[in-house]
Amino acid sequence: MSEGIVKRFMYVNRKAPYGTIYALESLEVVLIGAAFDQDVTLAFVDDGVYQLKKDQDTKGMGVKNFSPTYNALGDYDIKKLYVEKESLEERGLTQDDLINVVYEDEDDDYAEKPALFVVSKEEMSDIMAQQDVVLSF
Amino acid sequence: MKLAVLVNEGPYQHQASDSAYQFTKAALEKGHEIFRVFFYHDGVNNGTRLTVPPQDDRNIVDRWSTLSKEHNLDLVVCVAAAQRRGILDENEAKRNGKDANNIADGFRISGLGQLIEAGIQADRLVVFGD
Repeated sequence: MSEGIVKRFMYVNRKAPYGTIYALESLEVVLIGAAFDQDVTLAFVDDGVYQLKKDQDTKGMGVKNFSPTYNALGDYDIKKLYVEKESLEERGLTQDDLINVVYEDEDDDYAEKPALFVVSKEEMSDIMAQQDVVLSF
Repeated sequence: MKLAVLVNEGPYQHQASDSAYQFTKAALEKGHEIFRVFFYHDGVNNGTRLTVPPQDDRNIVDRWSTLSKEHNLDLVVCVAAAQRRGILDENEAKRNGKDANNIADGFRISGLGQLIEAGIQADRLVVFGD
């Protein structure tokens, strides 16, 4: 029924990874949505940038650390993760604090290429304006 | 216009569900098509027939059921989110060995693919959440 149509889908992640279930359930939509062969972009703004923080340890909280799943996004052909620079800076973070998300480029002998990009608020706004479907979590 | 609606918050706790209902009703009255209303996160709690709100308050669940009946509106509750929160239909209750179900009239339980499909098929997907 939906065959042939390719839309630009953006998932906007605005909340911290733990404390509420938004981040985890957003990731579940992204993974299911990957089967539909759409043009997928992920945006991380506000506390959503914490979702990509490396070395997450949730043992003390008794909830599952689902952050390794972000590393697997490349295998789902998701290769555009945009993180807002201002949101990082407000929280004292830089790209070095984030998980290194990569994908294998099948057109370039499966070379590993970056899938995570830090962009300014203005750039993020432009990217958002280009989307057909924006799902915010 | 062909619209789809996503409801991400539960009834009474948050206005998102009220706003989604008012939007959907107004769109239908204006002659627009609602391809589907999809309930996710705590939004799945809009689909339990066991809510008993005070009599002088609006009945959010019944309101959705009535709208669905009047307009043949497709109300879909995400199965994964629903299972976490105890929203079950007869099949899901049986499949998971539970002794009761609580899905309200007009709602059906299905997968997240239904949300993606709504995004693809509709001219606009309107999100109501926090």
